[in-house]
Amino acid sequence: MNLLLPGMYMAADSALHRLDPRVKMGTALVLMVLAFAAHSLASYVLLTTFVIVVAILSAAPPMALLRTLRTIFWLGCLMFFFHLFTTPGQPLVAVGQLTITREGLLTGAAQIYRLCLLVIISALLTFTTSPAQLAHGLEVLFKPLAQIGLPVREFAMVLTIALRFAPALLDEIDKISKAQQVRGVDLYSRNPLRQMQSWVPLFVPIFVAAFRRAEDLATAMEARGFRGTQHRTRLHQLRMTRQDLQAALIALAVSLAILGLERSI
Amino acid sequence: MPPFIELRELEYSYPLDGGGQVAALRGIDLTIERGEFIALVGPNGSGKSTLVRHLNGLLLPTKGQVRVEGLLTSNPRNLWAIRQRVGMVFQNPDNQIVASTVEEDVAFGPENAALPPDEIRRRVDEALATVGLVEYRTHPPQMLSGGQRQLLAIAGVLATRPACIVFDEPASMLDPANRRQVLDTIRQLNSEGLTIVLITQAMEEATAARRVLVMHEGRVAMDGPPVQVFEHDAQLRDWGLDLPTAVEIAHHLRERGWQLPQGLLTVEQLARALC
Amino acid sequence: MLIHVENLSHTYIPGTPLARVALHGVSLKVGPSERVGVVGRTGSGKSTLVQHIAGLLMPTEGRVLIDGVPVHERTTVARAARQRVGLAFQYPEDQIFEQTVFREVAFGPRNLGLNKTEIAERVRWALGMVRLDPAMESRSPFTLSGGEMRRAALASILAMRPEALILDEPTAGLDPRGRRGLLARVRTWQVETGAILILVSHNLDELARIVERVIVLDRGLVVADGPVRQVLSNGALLSAAGLDVPQSVTLLRALHDAGWDVRTDRLLPEEAFEEIVRVDAGHATALRALQSVEAR
Repeated sequence: MNLLLPGMYMAADSALHRLDPRVKMGTALVLMVLAFAAHSLASYVLLTTFVIVVAILSAAPPMALLRTLRTIFWLGCLMFFFHLFTTPGQPLVAVGQLTITREGLLTGAAQIYRLCLLVIISALLTFTTSPAQLAHGLEVLFKPLAQIGLPVREFAMVLTIALRFAPALLDEIDKISKAQQVRGVDLYSRNPLRQMQSWVPLFVPIFVAAFRRAEDLATAMEARGFRGTQHRTRLHQLRMTRQDLQAALIALAVSLAILGLERSI
Repeated sequence: MPPFIELRELEYSYPLDGGGQVAALRGIDLTIERGEFIALVGPNGSGKSTLVRHLNGLLLPTKGQVRVEGLLTSNPRNLWAIRQRVGMVFQNPDNQIVASTVEEDVAFGPENAALPPDEIRRRVDEALATVGLVEYRTHPPQMLSGGQRQLLAIAGVLATRPACIVFDEPASMLDPANRRQVLDTIRQLNSEGLTIVLITQAMEEATAARRVLVMHEGRVAMDGPPVQVFEHDAQLRDWGLDLPTAVEIAHHLRERGWQLPQGLLTVEQLARALC
Repeated sequence: MLIHVENLSHTYIPGTPLARVALHGVSLKVGPSERVGVVGRTGSGKSTLVQHIAGLLMPTEGRVLIDGVPVHERTTVARAARQRVGLAFQYPEDQIFEQTVFREVAFGPRNLGLNKTEIAERVRWALGMVRLDPAMESRSPFTLSGGEMRRAALASILAMRPEALILDEPTAGLDPRGRRGLLARVRTWQVETGAILILVSHNLDELARIVERVIVLDRGLVVADGPVRQVLSNGALLSAAGLDVPQSVTLLRALHDAGWDVRTDRLLPEEAFEEIVRVDAGHATALRALQSVEAR
């Protein structure tokens, strides 16, 4: 049984899918920073247009993208009301002790908008880049740090294996929770004490299963000639193509444009 | 020419938590030649898994020696060459798959051997073609059936171009259709020259082999062609093992005085002999 | 107890591209003390069906009734009904977590709210049912052998005294002796308690020894539901559902096709043997009768 979590990879062959993960990660990071650097309307428009174009190029279904915003619904509301009532400025309406100001309305709206942009940008990244590609990109980016003794390759391998087993772990949790339910564990109890008591019968078997899995896997890896992450080659190599350079340049141009717009105001 | 794999006076014990030792293998002398198809059977705890883990150096003898193509497993420098020659497929289809896509997992072995990327590519394509998983190249493993995941594990081993593959109950967690798929592939590999050692609890599977080793309490108690081994039905039953249906029925009939030829292992053969 | 599955359908992750229909309008009834086998290839819906009977899943359509009570509701009545059904998943020893065998087997009864004496009584009885040495009570269940852990897990479910027990591949991973032992224990338990037994298994040869009725699932539909001999000797049906007939049936059919007057619904090796001998004895008698007629 697979759960479709928001922000997970959707296999397709779009222009965005074909880009090097390093370019995508870097661009995503830059865009997220820009979302907070932008203050003028012109910057917002430019940034939003760029994100929309990227979304179109990613072949991600628009509804799926918008659905990812569900995860920040409550946070967004909280932020909005916070700014609405606490920002000083030209008062619009009074609600009991609190006043809603014009500035509060604008700031609140802007913050929500920035938050939405963050979520959509990271969703676009994860929709078009498989976890394995992300891990590979990170590994290559951080490779120089291995020279100073940081366990970059080991970490990358741990990450890859963790990602590979995430669905299996979910299935395991499902099976164990059902098995314990049959034995009378009430997972949905409103009583907090009972809720906590239901953790041990879940945690222990899942832990045990995870360790057993790790041991089996380590044995299999040894049998397949694994002797550490040094001196390993890879089937897939990350190579920058002309499209990657073009994409990077475009992203750079947009960033400079936005910074320029902000400077001039 | 020295035998392919040689076990001499092999003993293996390990310590118990509360003190004391468990003698898992009590003195095994065995040779395996190239191209053999061996089935290893015996009740749980008889030492089957322990024995085969000595064939690729996952376990080292407490006493005695194991040699693969003349190389001692106890010499750490030999281990990688030995593991390239003798591959292993385990029981749980999930717990031997490392990567998030089929082809990346097949590549794991060659990657460990630091082969150049185009050679890895070649081996991956070759192995996938052999087991018939080419169209699933970029699929994540969870989209494969249990049988396909075992075929993936086999492909991963084939990519290292081994001379022998050891299977530790590869089909026991699969449904009958998937089980057949895996066993057919194993038979095919043997017909192409690979040495096969197959641990199984299903006696029907053992009939496909040309040599059956029966383990009992850490020793190889019987060693011979299936026909010969299955003659000792009383002893096998005593040790908690089943007989293939055809063998069981043929035994009963012979006890009743029926004249039946030797070597009847499958129900198809038995039916033909009766008609 | 009467279990009534009414037009049950189940779709996993509906409304997404990964949606999968596991059951299509399945209807069936299981009556008191019945021993039923559920077979089908992987993905046929067996696990989904039995999870519904145990009240672990919400139906997409239809419902499951236990003695007339729908099991999926969030009422105390429904919860009480669910508690009367026990279910052991494949490799049930995976659910073990307690520090002693006693506590592990006592877990279920504790959750039922029984008092100390009742719990102890249930634990001793359950351990006896699975033939686990009472001396093991104070040991950690993780120090037991695989087969022993399996039996301890089974005991932990039996200790809840379910009126219906569902076992999903109970003998998976056991050696032949372990398989025979476990099934014998289950059979004794069923006869003693008169409970409903539902066995999900790939091993038709094993199933034939225990159940009286077999339900065959294929792609979420019930394609057969009848007496064990009838269903397990139907080669065409089983083969279409991705299953094999028991070996004995294959043999008898081959003989039948060659002209022998054998019954082809003898499922066990010893039954097949008796059948062959019977038909041959029949031939011998007929031959002697013919010879004595000719002699006159």
